[in-house]
Amino acid sequence: MAGAVTAHLSDSASVRPKHVTEKPIVRWLLTGIALLFLGFVVLLPLVAVFVEAFQQGVNLYWASITDPDAVAALKLTLITALISVPLNTVFGIAAAWAITKFRFRGKNFLITLIDLPFSISPVISGLIFVLLFGAQGWFGPWLDSHDIQILFALPGIVLATTFVTFPFVARELIPLMQAQGVQEEEAAASLGAKGWQIFFRVTLPNIKWGLLYGIILCNARAMGEFGAVSVVSGHIRGETNTLPLHVEILYNEYQFSASFAVASLLVFLALITLGVKSFVEWKSAQRAKGGEANGTAS
Amino acid sequence: MKGSKARSVLPGFGLSMGFTVFYLCVLVLIPLAGLVVKTTGLTWEQFWNTVTSGRVLASYRISFLTAFFAALINLAFGLLVAWVLVRYRFPGKKLIDSLVDLPFALPTAVAGIALTAIYAPNGWIGSLLDPLGIKIAFTPLGITIALIFIGLPFVVRTVQPVLQDFERETEEAAVMLGAYRWRTFRRVILPELVPALLTGFALAFARGLGEYGSVVFISGNMPLKTEITPLLIMTKLEQYDYSGATAIALVMLLASFLMLLFINYLQWRSNRRAIAD
Amino acid sequence: MGLHLELRNVSKAYGGHLAASDVSFGIERGKLIGLLGPSGGGKSTLLRILAGLETPDTGDILINGKRVNDVAPQERGIGFVFQNYALFKHMNVFDNIAFGLTIRKAKKAEIAERVNELLDLTGLRGFEKRYPHQLSGGQRQRVAFARALAPRPELLLLDEPFAAIDAKVRKELRTWLKQLIETIGITSIFVTHDQDEAVEVADEMLIVQQGRLEQQGTPVDVYTAPKTAFVAGFIGQSQIIAQPRELVGFGDIALPETGRAIIRPEFVEAGRPHEMTTPSASAKGTVRRVFFRGAHLELEIDLGGNRLAAHRSLDQEPIQPGEEVSVLIHRIYVVTDHNAVMVENPLKVDPLPVHI
Repeated sequence: MAGAVTAHLSDSASVRPKHVTEKPIVRWLLTGIALLFLGFVVLLPLVAVFVEAFQQGVNLYWASITDPDAVAALKLTLITALISVPLNTVFGIAAAWAITKFRFRGKNFLITLIDLPFSISPVISGLIFVLLFGAQGWFGPWLDSHDIQILFALPGIVLATTFVTFPFVARELIPLMQAQGVQEEEAAASLGAKGWQIFFRVTLPNIKWGLLYGIILCNARAMGEFGAVSVVSGHIRGETNTLPLHVEILYNEYQFSASFAVASLLVFLALITLGVKSFVEWKSAQRAKGGEANGTAS
Repeated sequence: MKGSKARSVLPGFGLSMGFTVFYLCVLVLIPLAGLVVKTTGLTWEQFWNTVTSGRVLASYRISFLTAFFAALINLAFGLLVAWVLVRYRFPGKKLIDSLVDLPFALPTAVAGIALTAIYAPNGWIGSLLDPLGIKIAFTPLGITIALIFIGLPFVVRTVQPVLQDFERETEEAAVMLGAYRWRTFRRVILPELVPALLTGFALAFARGLGEYGSVVFISGNMPLKTEITPLLIMTKLEQYDYSGATAIALVMLLASFLMLLFINYLQWRSNRRAIAD
Repeated sequence: MGLHLELRNVSKAYGGHLAASDVSFGIERGKLIGLLGPSGGGKSTLLRILAGLETPDTGDILINGKRVNDVAPQERGIGFVFQNYALFKHMNVFDNIAFGLTIRKAKKAEIAERVNELLDLTGLRGFEKRYPHQLSGGQRQRVAFARALAPRPELLLLDEPFAAIDAKVRKELRTWLKQLIETIGITSIFVTHDQDEAVEVADEMLIVQQGRLEQQGTPVDVYTAPKTAFVAGFIGQSQIIAQPRELVGFGDIALPETGRAIIRPEFVEAGRPHEMTTPSASAKGTVRRVFFRGAHLELEIDLGGNRLAAHRSLDQEPIQPGEEVSVLIHRIYVVTDHNAVMVENPLKVDPLPVHI
């Protein structure tokens, strides 16, 4: 799955004799085209957010992000992430443990099921909860009679968010723990370590960086989810609007600068996520280097 | 699943497996089953009429074509970006490498408004192209651009590790047999990248089919012209047409499953080869 | 026969590390050469310089008397077998072998004929539709070999061709390769760090260490007349004795000050006094340990504080550890930092040392 911490850019790979690389002019041309493409597709939107956000000055920017509705949206977003990220983290660890440390039939099928939310349109992810808890849904009448509000309220938003971000931690951990095998855990067990001791003393130190990235990515998606949350939230200003929904409302009301100002908060979140990813990759590259020096190339 | 865990001395199979399956059922499988059951409330004829009405068919066509062309462009440029990042040295490479993941980490709604600001007729690039009669935002072209943004990391990140692990000896073998650069690429390197390229393409395409947040702002949402299928589901929901929304969702879900099966098949095939090696 | 291939004063450095240091040698047409040396000694670098995969910092490479430094590797007419074979994973055996011919735009019928010929030659008939991942290590090696030979190169280079193969299959493959190369009559150079392999397969050996060419010669030459201390110590099994003068029989000979002695077990005779051919030249030693080496026994003997190894036939009466034995050293190699001299035991034969 894309996004996994896999590729390490090694400098030695880039110094290549002439018969296995291109002529300098071709190299420059290809690099130029690639950078131009990335500039237009990725960098330009990033720049656009900030330029548009500050177009009407810093004061408006500040006013936009301290607006009560914006603050309420930020709060809701944080609460949502605070519930769904830990849930998915516990699930991700449990699933990765079961999948990578044991042999059982149907393992690939289980992995496919875990991937499922990746391949489902966010709109459909929201829709399934409407069908369950909506007025005409399975539990709708029952919920109604007991005066429990799930849809168009926090529980619905949390459910949809958790569904969409469900695979992230598991997906980050499974390849990592698969590569590490079970030898260290078995050695710990043979030395008398018990269940949780094995996990906290042996497994966790080995996976902590991958786990951190999984959590950060899961968090970024949880805070940024738009489609699914849009379906279940009901768009009640100051109450069921998350940050991305608030961005949409401001945009649709032609308050462009305010909209981009709030959006820039989410961009910071994305940049922090990327920073953590780079850090984790750097860390694991160092580990790999250390491993090679000890003669145990991984 | 029986008889296999006995081989391991490690604890926690029951607990971790139990929790995994429970959580998966409660959060994913039961809600998804709800969708299928809901559609069975429709007669076959109702279902068929819903999912083949003119506006719905047009949305399939737009979603399919824009996702396809976006994935195709990502296939070419994703390969180029991966190639440049793995093979060449230039200043700022690390930074640019992490930038590739931006579409992954950036909330889709933010991408949507940013792209619209750039490509709208009064936007940065849109205003340059508007006098030439070229419109990007509020046309299928705009949707394609949003989907290129969303799908790029999928291709780059699946091709990059394969290219990284590509043995230089294999290229040198081609050199010693008389092949120059282009032929080595065409005949030796490219064929070995095909599984990764296909996987990346399929992932980008699948993501593009379901994408909502980045597209709604730039598409203009004109029925029959720039209305994508996920948006149509949304519209039906807002009109309280739950069964209509569900029927269309089921069709999309089937398409996603097919893509998922295809992707898993590709990965299974290249894994099998790697193990045999 | 003129020289097919020549290297003149070739040097190559990576960073501060000299991988080839002023290497010169010539190779006659049709010879099978073993490039032998310890791992990391620069063997593969020399091979890759010959192939054109690396560019030397200084020096010339000549093929048929023509300088080829500036000829692209694609045009040198060299077949190369890589250590891990580097087969094209997405091509079947037939297409792998045919690759070099298709690049040269040979006609289809011609390609088919040549590939079939090689399939027969390498015993791969019946496997032509298989992919590399469906082949055993030995079969992959044969494919790599056939692929390198297909465009009819004049020169064949093999980088550790047997390194990735099980010990058992390796022996068979060695014999097979030697016969095949003899049949085709192509000049070949193979790199190895295994001296048994080099001795068994090569017509001529090049011993390389730390980027320097230590010695060139037939296996017999290199074995019996090592020219440098490194070669004397590297080839064959040997013990090093710091003070050769202490050895019985070698006390009076003219030896350089810094000389050490290298002694090989095959030149040490050990046994009960009545078994010795020249009892007068023997010294007394104690057997420490006895090892069974398959075809013979190896005795570890303590001789006045020095440890020596000696071979003993299984037919002879067994000797137990702790027993005192007579030890006769027939021949030693006296080495300094720069050269090696073979010295026969003067008490046994000729009093004059033989200088090489």
